[in-house]
This record gives sequence, C-alpha cells and structure tokens, in this order.
Amino acid sequence: MSSAVSVSSKETTWGGGNKPLRTSYGKAMMWFFLLSDGLSFSGFLAAYGFARFRFLDSWPKADEVFTHVPFLHGQELPMIYVAFMTFVLIMSSVTMVLAVDAGHQMKQSKVAFYMLLTIFGGLIFVGSQAWEWSTFINGDYGAVKTKGGNILQFIDSHSHHRVALDDFAHKHHSDRIQHEETNGLWFYDEGTLPTYSIEEVIEGMEASPNILIRTQILDETGEKTILSREESLNTLRANGKSIVTGANLIENEYGMPLFADFFFFITGFHGFHVFSGVIINIIIFFNVILGTYEKRGHYEMVEKVGLYWHFVDLVWVFVFTFFYLV
Amino acid sequence: MSHQVHNLELFRGLIKFKNITQKIWGVLILLSIVTLVEVALGIFKPEILLLYFLNMKILNWIFISLTIVKAYYITWDFMHMRDETKTLRRVVVWTFVFLVLYLVFILVQEAGYIFDQGNIDYIKKDF
Repeated sequence: MSSAVSVSSKETTWGGGNKPLRTSYGKAMMWFFLLSDGLSFSGFLAAYGFARFRFLDSWPKADEVFTHVPFLHGQELPMIYVAFMTFVLIMSSVTMVLAVDAGHQMKQSKVAFYMLLTIFGGLIFVGSQAWEWSTFINGDYGAVKTKGGNILQFIDSHSHHRVALDDFAHKHHSDRIQHEETNGLWFYDEGTLPTYSIEEVIEGMEASPNILIRTQILDETGEKTILSREESLNTLRANGKSIVTGANLIENEYGMPLFADFFFFITGFHGFHVFSGVIINIIIFFNVILGTYEKRGHYEMVEKVGLYWHFVDLVWVFVFTFFYLV
Repeated sequence: MSHQVHNLELFRGLIKFKNITQKIWGVLILLSIVTLVEVALGIFKPEILLLYFLNMKILNWIFISLTIVKAYYITWDFMHMRDETKTLRRVVVWTFVFLVLYLVFILVQEAGYIFDQGNIDYIKKDF
C-alpha cells in the first residue's frame, strides 16, 4: 500500500483551501458571469449588425438622430453628449479601480470615498441616458409615414436642413374628436390624435414652395435621396398616410422603426446593468462604512463589484461605437 | 490578498509607472485620447477614410479597431487581467473571441444574402 503518497497528495490538492488559477471562488464566478453576460450583449449587437447590413441602403444615420446637448437647445452637435457620457463612465471606472486599490491597502475611508464617487458617476450616466431617451422619444421635426411604412422627411430646398412640421403645416380646427372608451360601443379608445392631419401637411407643403421631401433611400454617396419639388408633392399626395413625431417601438421619425427598437432594447439593457451596478455599489458602500470588510480582513468584495462595474463600462464602449460612430 | 503584485508596464515596457494609482491615471489618459480621436473622426469624417475596404468604410474599420484597443485596456488594466494567471486570461478571452467571431460572421453573412434577396425587382418597397 502506498498510502503515504496518496495521503500527502490529498492534503495538497484536494485538502481544500486551494485557489485554481490563483483566483478565489467568488472572483472566478464573477468572471464566469461576465463572460456569459458579454455573450448576451454580443448577441444583441450582432443582431443589430444583421439588421443594419440587411437594410444597408436605408438605415438611419446616428449623427442626424442624436444631435442634442442639454441646455444647448436648437444646436446640432452630434456625438458631443455621448462622448461626455462615455467619459463619465470611464471616469467612474477609474474611481472604482482606485477604490479596489485602496481596499488592497486596507484604507477604509478611502475605499468609501472612491465608492461614493463611483456611485455619483453611475447616477450621472443613468440620468444622461434617461435624457437621451426622452429627447429621442419626443423627436424634433416630425415626419410623414407612407402607406408602405417608409418615412418622408421635410427639408429646406436651400440649406437642406430638416424643417419641422410646425413651421409649415396648416392647422385647421377640425371636428375630429378623440375617441375615448366612455363614448364607444365597446371599451376601447384610440391613441392620442396627432397634432396635424395628413391633409393639413399636404396643404402646408403646397403653400410653401421652398420645401422638399427627403426619403430614406441612400444614394451611391451614402446621402439620403432628395426628391424634386414635383416628385415631392406627388409622393406626399399619393403615399402619405400619417404623421410621426419622435420614436417609439412602432414608428420612428428618423427612419427605420427597427433602429429605434434596437436602440431602446440595447441601451435599455445596458442602462439596466448600470442601474443595478449603482444599487450594488450602494450596498457595498454601506458595507464599507459599517466596517464589514474591515472585520473580514480583506476587501475582495469591492474587487468583485469592481469587475462588474468595469464590465458595464466595457459594454458601453461597444454600444458607443456601434450605435453612434459606425 | 492584501499585497497583490501588479504589472506596472504599458506598451511592453515602453512606459513604466511607479505605482498602481499612477498607472490607472495613465490608462485613463490613454482611453480619453482614443475616445477623442474617435469623436473627432466621427464629426469631421475625412474624405479619404470613406473609401470601402472589405465591404465596409475604412473609417468604420478604424472605429472598430479603436474600440477593441479600448476594450483591451479596460480588461487588462481596470479589470486587472494583466495580473491574473495566463490560463484564466485565456479561458475568458479566447472563449469569448471564438464565439463572437463565429456569431458575427454568420449573422453579417446572412444579412448580406437577405439584403440581395430584398432588392429583387418584383418586390415593391417604394410606396
């Protein structure tokens, strides 16, 4: 019997207290989770890529959609605000690393301070994202949807800038009353009535000769097709069906509804990650304040939460590229 | 746990930092510069970069490469992958890279096919 050998190997390898790959159990599981979560996000972004290549000749251009910066109303500044959001998230990643590092040095108050900064960074980011969503949902110029579901946008014939429906549509006092569920035979109502009817837009367009229509079809140079004055009027009269302002899951004044769907789904899923990250950070922050990790003798929990927080930053870097840049 | 060994080099030793805090700020500066370059390219869109290479604008290839550069530094330095064992690094990164390359290839390939099918004359979209 060679019991001596097997006993000693039992003690070293299977005796417990081992850390495979020199990683603690919790950290290994965090990596495991992040890997699978990363694959989920990759799936979403790859699906976005699919939709985009499938509609390569009519996909909306992000720098025409996201042009707003808070407090700078009416100016078109594509990318500036998203770049700011990216910077905020990277900055909060930095404070997170500093918190982890302070944890290695067992400096309780320093960890708490950096955790707090990280939480603030996360809140600014989530708030910015909410603002971005609300500007996208409200829209700015309004457009017309055709019978085939295409979007017709109105532009000025000289500057080629988009023109808001408010600027040219003729508003009548129509007798059309919103149908509410109390009035009908059965308990259903209709959605909010649009500000203008299609007839009012056609009339307004006929009265203002400097307005042209831009379709979603991209020409060889990658620009959207602009119709001549005559074609514009004909298309609008023949195909115009309803008014679209802003974006939701069904309609999108900037073009493809699918663009809005992916935007809401992917940035929403990412925003939910940031939000839950903030909540987890707050819990850990209070644990730090209460001295939980001081008693435990190490700040590994801060490190694990840090991994999650950096992952959120990592995903945003990709969302930023594929939604705003490419 | 308390005294982890950190690799304090960037660019294979071209830049060396005295301590981990300094290195983190270094990485922040690096990531900010990359982001600024991306935003500047996105706003000005130089004419020469709008040419196509492998079915995509050169500009888009640049954006994607710069993103991978950023992802590398976030994972390696913020998430301390540089200080983990080689096996852990490979287990996480290679698994991810292989699956994503396959996924992207198959979806983009199919999208191209469906795009071609969607542009057959008898399918009317313009109404």
